[in-house]
Amino acid sequence: MTTTPQAVRRASPRARRTVTPPDPARSLLPDAEPVRLLAQDGMPLPARADYPEPAAEVLHELYRRMVLGRRFDTQATALTKQGRLAVYPSSRGQEACQVGAVLAVRDTDWVFPTYRESMALVARGIDPVEVLTLLRGDWHCGYDPTEVRTAPQCTPLATQCVHAAGLAHGEAYQGRDTVALAFIGDGATSEGDFHEGVNFAAVFKAPVVYFVQNNKYAISVPLSRQTAAPSLAYKGVGYGVPSEQVDGNDPVAVLAVLTRAVAHARAGKGPFLVEAHTYRMEPHTNADDASRYRDGAEVDAWRDRDPIARLETYLRARGVLDDAAVAEIAEQAEAYAADLRTRMNAQPAVDPLSLFDHVYAEPTPQLIEQREQVRAELAAARAEEGDA
Amino acid sequence: MATTMAKALNTALADALAADDRVVVFGEDVGALGGVFRITDGLQARFGDKRCFDTPLAEAGIVGFAVGLAISGLRPVVEMQFDAFAYPAFEQIASHVAKLRNRTRGALSVPIVIRVPYAGGIGGVEHHCDSSEAYYAHTPGLKVVTPATVDDAYSLLREAIDDPDPVVFMEPKKLYFASADASLPARTEPFGRAVVRRPGRDATLVAYGPAVPVALEAAEAAREEGWDLEVVDVRTIVPFDDATITASVRRTGRCVVIQEAPGFAGVGAEIAARVQERCFHALHAPVLRVAGLDIPYPAPMLEHTHLPGVDRVLDAVARLQWDDQPDARWAAA
Repeated sequence: MTTTPQAVRRASPRARRTVTPPDPARSLLPDAEPVRLLAQDGMPLPARADYPEPAAEVLHELYRRMVLGRRFDTQATALTKQGRLAVYPSSRGQEACQVGAVLAVRDTDWVFPTYRESMALVARGIDPVEVLTLLRGDWHCGYDPTEVRTAPQCTPLATQCVHAAGLAHGEAYQGRDTVALAFIGDGATSEGDFHEGVNFAAVFKAPVVYFVQNNKYAISVPLSRQTAAPSLAYKGVGYGVPSEQVDGNDPVAVLAVLTRAVAHARAGKGPFLVEAHTYRMEPHTNADDASRYRDGAEVDAWRDRDPIARLETYLRARGVLDDAAVAEIAEQAEAYAADLRTRMNAQPAVDPLSLFDHVYAEPTPQLIEQREQVRAELAAARAEEGDA
Repeated sequence: MATTMAKALNTALADALAADDRVVVFGEDVGALGGVFRITDGLQARFGDKRCFDTPLAEAGIVGFAVGLAISGLRPVVEMQFDAFAYPAFEQIASHVAKLRNRTRGALSVPIVIRVPYAGGIGGVEHHCDSSEAYYAHTPGLKVVTPATVDDAYSLLREAIDDPDPVVFMEPKKLYFASADASLPARTEPFGRAVVRRPGRDATLVAYGPAVPVALEAAEAAREEGWDLEVVDVRTIVPFDDATITASVRRTGRCVVIQEAPGFAGVGAEIAARVQERCFHALHAPVLRVAGLDIPYPAPMLEHTHLPGVDRVLDAVARLQWDDQPDARWAAA
């Protein structure tokens, strides 16, 4: 609405104040403080009408999968030390985000994970051996993305943000109510594809939830080198995308905020951006030395904000969990890890000739030639072994 | 009936949209405007803005969006406005478009067509005339196709849209509005087949895209010098047709490879290497290359010096050791 100078002169000061149009951007901005439903000690904070607490059985399942997720993560780190994995980027400490996010979507929705989302993928129900195929190194992606509605774990930063926008638009175009959940880290929000993805999703009103896990470091580079914004959730407003920030170590709040974000997207209102404030307890990967860029006191402070302990305290206080249930879940986690250990200790079969199978739908004449060359090399090597 | 390559491409897109509901066409200015070269002219009016639409001005976004659409089951055809403006999309192309099938052992395929108006000879200012085909051809997982005739423009684009693999479809800008007799819908040889455009006995000129008319003109001019030259149009750089080119050079015993792109580490270098590997004992002279200079694409008033023209091709043909003497060019070295 434009106001002519004459109209301003005619209006009384009081009238001028009351006709100030609402700021359309204000409704897109996140809360000034991260949404929190549990205090650090696990005690409930005042309920929020905009973020209703998930049902008790859902929180029970959230707890169970977080415990299994952490056990999986610990096992994967151990497998790396044993040489079974080439590398492993741990998400220890981020269990509330990893599990809360995938619990907020349906099996029919699509998830676009990064390399740090191994825990999220096992929480989604994907076979952990298939999840670890990438890091074990027998192929790039071990699961069938179409079957589990989950894209391959994305290593090029932020590129998955645009895929999520396209997938969501394509699903809507074909009359399906699929939501796309795109994971991204704090560092990758500096990449152009994050901005292009959020912008495309907004312009096409594509049902995407962008979930930024701000774990404070991009390998070694702190958040202050990525952005001068008050919060990464402020990046939505420039694209017309409603955004929220949440305490990423508060599992109840993460699930509540993600549930609302997913509902927003599914209702046809376009994308939603969530920033979760969390912390990576382990180095970037086993090959990283975190002591070069952060001190132990900082890590210890985050140990006190452990998301599993926080949820356990709350659920015990509510009577949702007791000693027996906690022990039973711990036992499940041990069995899960033991099974993973056994299966990962088996040497995977790899077939050099399969290198040519999926470059194209049908191999080119040049690839067929090269396959024959490799076949001959393998036969010669076998013959040599036979002679020896 | 006389028509242009631009019209043939437009007809191919329209026919593909009509034939398959999964086909969507998008990019910058492809909607109401019909594309800066008018290749998508009228498509939005005919098929609606859900099937032919403008996007934000962001090439990585366009190609990444196409990846997502393809995963959802659609068949995206995207337009990069100019060769050099496609570079922001290169990460999406090299890391995702080219690799998704392989990364997922064939579970995911992304049958995307990325149309790239390319090369020069149109007096374009900088960043509008790059020959970028080698970047794509060097990336396993992509098919790289470039028509030189009106019939091929239609047929190869239809095949690209139907193909299960991603295709970088390179359109020689300077040939857009050249007119030729064609009856659409034309169907020509499939992907992976080079075509002899002009038979000849004395030497083979191998060319693709914008260099094909140059090769044909040179072959015509060479008649006056007494040379009968064969011209082979590569058509699909990937998949590459070794057989047709090898057969031609074994017949003629001499070969010149022509490309508009800078010569160093280009597609022409690959072709020359393949020819000499396969035809060594049939060759009467080294395989020569005629290419653009190894310089950034020049300003319009200087592009004539850069572009391989008929004279430069004929000079190369003259150096094919007709008198069985070493090439004088390298004598000092």
